[in-house]
Amino acid sequence: MPTFLESLSPVIQSTFRQRIGALLLLAGAVAGCTAPSPGAEFNDPYEATNRQVHAFNKGLDTAVLRPLGQVVAAAPRGTYQPVVNFSDNLSLPGMVVNGVLQGDIDGAATNSMRFIVNSTIGMFGIHDWASDFGLHEQKTDFGETLAVWGVPEGAYLELPLIGPSTERDAVGEVVDILLDPLDYFGAPDVTTTSRAARAGEIVVERGMFSRTVDSVLYDSADSYAQTRLLYLQNRRFELGEEAGPGQVDPYAVDPYGSTDPYAIDPYQELSE
Amino acid sequence: MTALFSRRALLSGGAALATATLLPLPALAVTEAQARGMVDALVAEVNAVIASGKSEQAMYNDFATIFDRYADVPTIAMYSLGNAGRAATPAQRQQFVGVFRTYIARKYGSRFREFVGGQIAVENARTINNYVEVQTTAYLRGEDPFRVDFHVSDQSGRNAFFNIIIEGVNMLLSERTEMAALLDRHGGNVDALIASLR
Repeated sequence: MPTFLESLSPVIQSTFRQRIGALLLLAGAVAGCTAPSPGAEFNDPYEATNRQVHAFNKGLDTAVLRPLGQVVAAAPRGTYQPVVNFSDNLSLPGMVVNGVLQGDIDGAATNSMRFIVNSTIGMFGIHDWASDFGLHEQKTDFGETLAVWGVPEGAYLELPLIGPSTERDAVGEVVDILLDPLDYFGAPDVTTTSRAARAGEIVVERGMFSRTVDSVLYDSADSYAQTRLLYLQNRRFELGEEAGPGQVDPYAVDPYGSTDPYAIDPYQELSE
Repeated sequence: MTALFSRRALLSGGAALATATLLPLPALAVTEAQARGMVDALVAEVNAVIASGKSEQAMYNDFATIFDRYADVPTIAMYSLGNAGRAATPAQRQQFVGVFRTYIARKYGSRFREFVGGQIAVENARTINNYVEVQTTAYLRGEDPFRVDFHVSDQSGRNAFFNIIIEGVNMLLSERTEMAALLDRHGGNVDALIASLR
């Protein structure tokens, strides 16, 4: 999903050499990913700071994003879909690069075909004809590339503006911004337009999923804990990491200490 | 729904039955076919409510009733209460299950409204330990298809689901987190928690 940071990234002006330097620094950061403390339900050593950031993000949502999303939600369904389509299309070259880095040639090929189809007959990506041809977006990012390369998830983080993340995904976010192929092959106007479209997409998606987001942020007793649980479970599902690392038998785990959905047998636990 | 639950599904169901007769499996009460059939019936009821053209409020009430009928609410309730449930008195447990029943049916039943104009296809069923995971794909208007799993067991004495997992996000864990936070807010007092859910 595009983030505010991505839309703000024109401020990150740097030469290619500087980018590589930043990459090397990041590689060092990833190598230092925080290991989970044994027995803890979540690997969240920065919880106190994370909760402060969460409060900031939630305040921002209340003041800005949620009201804007309500405008979208009030419009007839699909009104703002072209914004999402246009922004998604411009994110495809980056996904192709990540697919190749992961050795996922099928995914990279599908995303390449999508980009070609939607950029041409899809009127610069405003229409998503590719999906009608069965070419669905093979969503990926550099966080996934790191996961494929064997980098551990690291500690849970809530980042300002971006929201829930992990040490591994935070590095992935930055690399995706620094290595966006559009910056190298697109005209400057394309890059600027892409940032604007991504900011628009965030607003539109906040509106489309308003009930879900509202229920997590405003209807739950501890929105920080719910956000963390939701993000980690969904992200592990996306990355095919349903069972946490180090679990030998995913079906024979203490349900109190596990977030593996397949490990939960309430009947067994309740009869103990 | 019924169109999607077609020949391929029946064939794979047949294959599952054939496998079951060939392999020595532990004594299983709920079969994959039964679990799949239960989810099919649940989806059909939700679709019938959507097709009825009732008011949104009437639909919510119907969805809550459907959720309650197909879910093993006492088990979901006690799992969500977690450790606090072990220390609770039988009377407190009974009261908690009572208020939780309304809370959970409203909360998740209201989400069924998102299926208006869409459909759920039952894809696959597999046995995990002593329950069955029924995998479905939800096709909703204007959204990419996403996966919804129902975990079905008959340990309550009837076939019922005890967990729903949407794109990896697990209802039991979400509700245990929610109940723990509510308990914290009320200083660990179960009676205050029950009152807050009323």
